[in-house]
Amino acid sequence: MPVVSLRDVSKVYPATTKTGDPVVAIDSVSLDVEAGDVYGIIGYSGAGKSTLVRLVNALERSTGGEILINGQDIAGLPERKLREVRLGIGMIFQQFNLLDSRTVAGNVAYPLEVAGRPKAERQARVAELLDFVGLADKARAYPDQLSGGQKQRVGIARALATQPSILLADEATSALDPETTHEVLTLLKRVNREFGVTIIVITHEMDVIQTIATKVAVMDQGRVIERGDVFDVFSNPQHAASARFVGTVVKGVPSAAELAVLRGRHRGRIVTLSFRDAGVDQQAVFGELARAGVAFEVIYGGINEIQGRPFGHLTLSLAADHLTEADAVIDDVLARIRELTTVTEVR
Amino acid sequence: MDALIDLTPELWTAAGETLYIVGLTLFFGGLGGLLVGLGLYLSRAGNILENRTVFTVLNVLVNFIRPIPFIIFLAAAQPLARMVVGTGIGNPAIIFTISLAASFAMGRIVEQNLLTVSPGVIDAARSVGAGPIRIIFTVLLPEALGPLILGFTFIFVALVDMSAVAGYVGGGGLGNFALLYGYRQFNPVVTWAAVLLIIVLVQLVQFLGNSLARKALRR
Ligand SMILES: Nc1ncnc2c1ncn2[C@@H]1O[C@H](COP(=O)(O)OP(=O)(O)OP(=O)(O)O)[C@@H](O)[C@H]1O
Ligand SMILES: [Mg+2]
Repeated sequence: MPVVSLRDVSKVYPATTKTGDPVVAIDSVSLDVEAGDVYGIIGYSGAGKSTLVRLVNALERSTGGEILINGQDIAGLPERKLREVRLGIGMIFQQFNLLDSRTVAGNVAYPLEVAGRPKAERQARVAELLDFVGLADKARAYPDQLSGGQKQRVGIARALATQPSILLADEATSALDPETTHEVLTLLKRVNREFGVTIIVITHEMDVIQTIATKVAVMDQGRVIERGDVFDVFSNPQHAASARFVGTVVKGVPSAAELAVLRGRHRGRIVTLSFRDAGVDQQAVFGELARAGVAFEVIYGGINEIQGRPFGHLTLSLAADHLTEADAVIDDVLARIRELTTVTEVR
Repeated sequence: MDALIDLTPELWTAAGETLYIVGLTLFFGGLGGLLVGLGLYLSRAGNILENRTVFTVLNVLVNFIRPIPFIIFLAAAQPLARMVVGTGIGNPAIIFTISLAASFAMGRIVEQNLLTVSPGVIDAARSVGAGPIRIIFTVLLPEALGPLILGFTFIFVALVDMSAVAGYVGGGGLGNFALLYGYRQFNPVVTWAAVLLIIVLVQLVQFLGNSLARKALRR
């Protein structure tokens, strides 16, 4: 059974002006998140990512469909009942949203107070959590004395206080520099691995998905336009929007303009080798070129690793000028390489 | 000067009465202001107890009452004072009327201070299962405490101002003293003595308010 299951969920905001149209923020979205997943949701600004994740803990009420949390439909649940459901769902935010009037320890203790846990238990749990996020020495500091990365770690400790099985992260690293982003993502990975917490991460940055997600859904205008294993979506995006996101972290196939520049600089035939099946052996591919005596140069592209599996596109210029029948030799070797992986020749 | 020395006991009595009136109205008006302000804030569109009717009623009421000059409000609210505190004159009536007027003035200030609390912090509290009452006492009020203290300090001056006209309905205090023994007797020294006391009082409270607010903000 999925931990979170959305079925035909919609969220329509009433029109903000008298003459305006209602805003369809979420348009019949269905999505299953399995236990232990790190599910990334990516999309451009206004795609509906925040709204979607806020439906999961009912900070926002849906206007249609079913939202099953561990099998329980929360769509029609009264506010009082929702509070129990929310104890099992932690949330972290782009702006951290810590209580400035409380110390770090006070912030982490807050959900435990709400849950009515006795003081001794609260103290023990807070110490344990601050230790886990590496802020044991900051227990008595106030949020305005912390860096952004430290604040987010407090946010994570707070979100985990009641030992939820689900963690929602809405742009949790968007306010952080790359170094700190990496720290926070590493921490989230540990949360997933060590505590088995299912994580839903909202982001507009593909490298966040690349770093921690196992599955990804691409959103556009309130709909999920593509979903699947991160490797599959990265290596073979089906939609233009998905391809653009993939392009932000992976240098893919050169555009027409880039090709024109490359042509001016490199003589010989230009081919793109695509490595997007886990089983492709690069050594075998390049071995063929070497054995045929074809000189090659990598002129564009790169290889990335997603979940331990390499993939990417390499554009090569090939030359065999010293051979008679150079074209035939190259055709021949390309035919053999095609058996191993996808080859696109750019003429 | 001699007149002032003769009047010293009356001056202290008047100062005591002002403190009494201002203290009680700060309490009741402050409480009323918190209620009105919370009402406005919570019922506002998009907030946790969103309620259009409540918001509109409160909003109109505040906008309607706030601009009325206090001396006119005092006369207009006399029947209401009679109903609630049993008399339309004297200190009970003035305390009631000032508290009422202050509730609405303070209500607006409280509302504005609460609006400075980031909605994200409220989301965070809701996301861990906190209900509205808990959010009011553990998030809204503590997070807005610094500005709220400054708001109360600000309203204190308005209370002293309003209490000065108490004499019109037979109440006491420094305002009444200055009017009765200073202005009407053509004795500016007596008037200025009352003014001086009021200035000292306001300064003291302002200082206290500032340092408390600083403490709340700097924690
Ligand atoms: N309270 C609201 N009232 C009306 N419309 C809203 C409200 N909240 C969001 N919307 C609209 O719903 C759509 C989706 O918004 P949402 O915040 O979910 O986008 P997002 O994908 O999170 O964008 P971003 O990356 O900028 O955070 C937008 O068109 C937005 O204007
Ligand atoms: Mg968003």
